[in-house]
Order: sequence, then C-alpha cells, then structure tokens
Amino acid sequence: MPRAVLGTFAVEWLQVLDERGKADPGLLPPLGEREVKDLYELMAISRVFDEQCLTLQREGRLGTYAAVRGQEAAQVGSAYALQQQDWLFPSFRENAALIARHQPLEMLMAYWAGDERGQQVPASLNNFPVAIPVGTQAPHAVGAAWAFQIRKEKAAALVYFGDGATSKGDVLEAMNFAGVFKLPVVFFCQNNQWAISLPAGKQTAAQTLAQKAIAFGFPGIRVDGNDVFAVYLATHDALERARSGEGPTFIEAFTYRVEHHTTSDDSSRYRAKAEVDLWRAKDPLLRLEAWMEGKGFLDKAYRETVWAEARKRVQEAVEKMEQLPPPKPGDIFDYVFAQLPPHLQEQKASLLRELGGQGGQA
Amino acid sequence: MTEMTMVAALNAAFRQEMARDERVVVLGEDVGVNGGVFRVTDGLLRMFPGRVFDTPLAETCIVGAAVGMAAAGLRPVAEIQFDGFLTAAFDQLVSHAARLRNRSRGRFTCPLVVRAPFTGGIHAPEHHSESMEASYAHIPGLVVVMPSTPSEAKGLLAAAIRSPDPVLFLEPKKVYRAIKEDVREEEYAIPLGKARVVQEGTDVTVIAWGAMLVPALQAAGRSSYSCEVIDLRTVSPLDVPCILQSVEKTGRAVVVQEGPHSFGVGAEIAAQLAEKGILHLEAPVERVTAPDVPTPLAKLEGLYLPSAERVGKAIERAMAFR
Ligand SMILES: Cc1ncc(C[n+]2csc(CCOP(=O)(O)OP(=O)(O)O)c2C)c(N)n1
Ligand SMILES: [Mg+2]
Repeated sequence: MPRAVLGTFAVEWLQVLDERGKADPGLLPPLGEREVKDLYELMAISRVFDEQCLTLQREGRLGTYAAVRGQEAAQVGSAYALQQQDWLFPSFRENAALIARHQPLEMLMAYWAGDERGQQVPASLNNFPVAIPVGTQAPHAVGAAWAFQIRKEKAAALVYFGDGATSKGDVLEAMNFAGVFKLPVVFFCQNNQWAISLPAGKQTAAQTLAQKAIAFGFPGIRVDGNDVFAVYLATHDALERARSGEGPTFIEAFTYRVEHHTTSDDSSRYRAKAEVDLWRAKDPLLRLEAWMEGKGFLDKAYRETVWAEARKRVQEAVEKMEQLPPPKPGDIFDYVFAQLPPHLQEQKASLLRELGGQGGQA
Repeated sequence: MTEMTMVAALNAAFRQEMARDERVVVLGEDVGVNGGVFRVTDGLLRMFPGRVFDTPLAETCIVGAAVGMAAAGLRPVAEIQFDGFLTAAFDQLVSHAARLRNRSRGRFTCPLVVRAPFTGGIHAPEHHSESMEASYAHIPGLVVVMPSTPSEAKGLLAAAIRSPDPVLFLEPKKVYRAIKEDVREEEYAIPLGKARVVQEGTDVTVIAWGAMLVPALQAAGRSSYSCEVIDLRTVSPLDVPCILQSVEKTGRAVVVQEGPHSFGVGAEIAAQLAEKGILHLEAPVERVTAPDVPTPLAKLEGLYLPSAERVGKAIERAMAFR
C-alpha cells in the first residue's frame, strides 16, 4: 500500500467553569473551600498589585511595566499547582504567578523600578529571575528538569511564556529536548492573543498552539485560561505526570491581554476597542466569584475583607519598596564574578573615588 | 530644511529609499501596523503595501531570512526591536551575512541592513540598554554604523540601504527624540567608513560615536582647551586616517565609549594610534567608558554611562600629562 495514514492527532480543549461561572460537576478539581478561597485571594491581590503598579508607573515611581490584568486565572491557577520543591521559570509578565509563589511584593515592584535587588529571590523560593528576552527561559527549565531527572528527585519545572514566544527557536528547541529526554517539565503558554501588535493568528498558521507539542512527541492541551479551575486541573495533572516520570506536557491557556502590551505601548494603534471590551467583560475574577456565590463561599463580609486585605498588603509593599535604601554603587561590581578580579577592583575603587562624598560608600 | 527628530529623519530616509528602489523591503517585529515600537517605520506599510512585513517573534529567522532575500536580489532592511535581542541573531550575522560574499568568492552577496535601537540612557528595562558595538565591529565583513544626530542618521541610513555589503545600523535610542535638528528634504547619502570632524581644535582630539557625541561636545564646549571633536559615524571599518590626521595636530586623544572598558572600540583606536601615530602622541590615550559590568538597571545606570564631567576630567588628564 503506497499511501497510508500514519497518524491522526486531536487537540483537547478543557473548560470547567463556563463564562457565567457554571461548573461542569464531573470536571471540578478536588479543591476544598479553603483552597478555592486561596485562589480567589491570590487573584484579588494580583489585581490590586497590577493596578497599583500601573499607577506608580504613571506617577514616575516605577519604570516600564507589563500588566497581568485578565490573565490572573491562568497564572494563579497554574502556579498554585506547584509544590515547594518544583521550580518556576517566569517571563516578564508573570507577577500573578510569582505572587502565588510567595515572591515578596516589594521585590517584584523594586525590579520594575529599576533595582536589581528585586531579583535577589529568597533562598527558600525556587523562582528563577524574570526573563525579558522572549522564550530564553524555556531551555533553562529543560535543564533544571534534566537535573531533577539525573538526581532522581520528584520535582518538576514549570515554564511560562506567551503566544509570541512559540515562534522562537529557544522554545521549540527546549520542547524537542524535553520530548527526547522525557523530562519533568511543563510548558505553560499563555496565549493572550497578542504579541505587542501581532495577533496570534499572524504568529502562526497553526490552528492552536497546543498542537505544537504533538510534533515533539508529548501531549498538548488547550484550556480556558480565564477559568481558574481548568487551569489548575490541567497544570496539576501535568506536574504529576512530570514528577512521576511520564515526561513533559504543553498547556496552552487561552486568555487575553486586556491592557496595553506595556506602559510604553498604545494598543489603540493596532486593535479594536470592541475586542478589548469583550474580553474585559470575560474577567476571570468575575467568573470565579459567580461560582463561589453559588456555593455560598462569597458573602459580603468575606469579599470586603479580601479586597481590603489585598489593598493593605499592596500599600505596605509600596512603602517597603520606597523605603529601601538606595542601592550601593559598588553593587554593580560585586556580583559580576564570584571574586572581583584585579581590573574590576581597580575600576570599582576609581568609581568610588570619583563619587567621593556623594553616596560613595561601597 | 525641516526641523526633525532622529526618528522622523530615519522615517524620511526610508520613504525616499523605498520610493527610489523597489527592491527595498522592511521586515521585523511590529514594524508594519504599529510602525515600530519607536515609530521609525511609521506609515511605511500604507505607503508601500506588499513591501513591509510584520514578522513572527524570531530574531534568528528575521536576520537569516534577510540574508536569503538579499542574496536573491532584494534590499531587505530588518529591524531588531532592541539591542539586547540582536544577540539572538548573532549566528546569522557572523556565520552568514558577514561572510557570504567571501565564502562564495563573490557569487552571492548580502546587501542587507539590520537596524536596532541601541545603547542606554532612557531607564529602560533589562536588555534594552546594551552597547555591544565592539562585538559586532570585531566581525570581518560587517559594516557597523552608529549615527549621532538626525541629519546624520538620514544620510547614513540611505547609504546603508544602498551599500553592497551587510550593514548593522545601530540607532542611539537616547537621541531618538532628544535632539531636533534641521534636516535637508532632498535625498542624500553620507559615505560609510568616513568619520567627520564636528568641531576643529588644536590641543586635544575627542573621539565619540552615537549617543556619546553629546557628552563629548558638552565637555569640549566647557573646556578651556581647544578640543577637536570627531564623530566616527561608522565604527567599522574605522576611519583611521581621519583620527591620525587630527592627533598628528593635537598630540592627545580622548575616546568616549558608552560600552564596557575592555576590548572596546576605544581599545582599537588606542592600538591604531600606538601603531601608526606613536611619535605624535604626547600623552597616553584616555578612554572614558563604562566599567566592565553588565548594564545596570535604571537606579544605577547613571554610574555606568560616561558623562560630560568625566569626559572633561579626561581632557584635563590628557592635557596635564608631560
Ligand atoms: C527575543 C526578544 N525579542 C523581542 C522582544 C521585545 N518584546 C517584548 S515582549 C514581546 C511580545 C511577546 O509576546 P508574547 O510572547 O505573546 O508575550 P506577551 O507579551 O503577550 O505576554 C516582544 C516582541 C523581547 N523582549 N525579546
Ligand atoms: Mg501574547
């Protein structure tokens, strides 16, 4: 038989909560009231944090900022599925994921205010520094996962990136390694439908991003990224698969970038307001709230406490960030190598001499 | 003459060159509908439909495809969105663009331009303020241009697009909108590989390129010495005769370089002076540079960038040497 079908492939779609917050009871993840409330509280604080950062940027107290709004379910739902020993590899838009992974809020802000100390991640957290060059973190996640495999540790790596990043060789090469070596890594792609001004439909001719995994020999799934339960379920299962030696998974969380790309961008130049409004209304927080109300998890007093607490914690973070003493000039030298080589010792001494009295302490 | 920013002048050069030569095409991330994140390519998609392409997010393929386009008879101008992402295309620049002519003994050529906003000073996020021109200047076969003002940028971009060889065109983003200058409306090209004497003087030669021309001129203006200021325009090939001629007159040289101190363009200039002008030198060549550290984020960026004050002190040191 000269012609035959060698394979047919299907791409799965997962949604647990529909747009009005109605759940498919057969699909609900096994989360108790406390855990659902954790998800809600983390999404709420991420929302407040995001809004605060946009305000700080407008006031000149923060540099360029990439907003999360609309992607809270995708980020919180996935990061919440991580265990302590797992590693998280963020891109530059993962503040909600990092908040869910206990990164101190003031450090996140400090980084976007132009202070390297914001990336001095506490030793107890396996959160890699933010990767600004798109997609470059994917091979790192693969390497970490490889290390877990080599050392026979029951841990997984979760790497975040966007629809745009799926065009980068880094990401595709990382996926290939992950498939070949059957590594404990989860590729978490937030398809927020835009890469700055390029719509996802012009980023790829493929119908979904999830199907790219098929070519590398492991499962890919598209989930409703505005449905925190679907995201949690898919990520939880993928991480379990990874930790138990069954290899990588690709999750495409279908969502939307509601804000401009960053505070330097003007998205009215390339997309219609109607589209943005449509997605603004599909707010993942509203969807979770609707479900929680139905379950009796969200009375007025609880809701008010959550948002008041979120505002208080974010406010405290702003104060902490702004009360940080200025970074020391010598810092630009001290972390370049394990030990300061002679030429840098000389350059450091000369800079400090030049600064003299004005903040010249090492 | 029209008063313009560097962004507007580059845009004007594009309009003229694309009208003049239909082989010129533009490709890169967000260069079409959005007009580029700095708006350098604003309006080109409308004026030249079918010749301006918003590409997927992939620097290697943007530059690699430009190599193929150029070899196949087009004049591609590729934009890399920021300096820090040019490194993703390094392989294509080094292994292919720069050596296609040589390795095919002239059978294939690579008349492309790769543009990128370059260097710091705008408090940008990480990887958005790099000054790695020396790394690119070290590649045989690649022309590296760094314009310093709007009218320079217009003429140099025109020359880059017309060049038979691959040109890396590095635009000082700090200057993009900071300086306005009268720019000639008509087409003109400034020859590549030729530096210009911006200000004549007799005591000391101050050499700069790109954004560093600003502190160089400020320091020269404030100095009590007669400073000759040279703008390299093209970093590679370096206009050694222009530098030598000036130093033969002044005997002293100060190089102002935004990138790290070691292995930089300043080192090449000092080496050329040592090789060809040693008998004219009356003082060691002074280099005002960044320290050998990764570009710091906004809060410490000021310590990194050479300032007019530091250039001024270097001029003093060069003059004080006996
Ligand atoms: C290698 C690289 N090229 C270009 C950029 C500039 N840039 C920053 S974000 C971005 C779009 C990213 O789109 P996507 O991967 O979908 O992530 P999103 O911004 O939507 O979260 C671009 C082009 C970059 N940071 N890194
Ligand atoms: Mg995107």
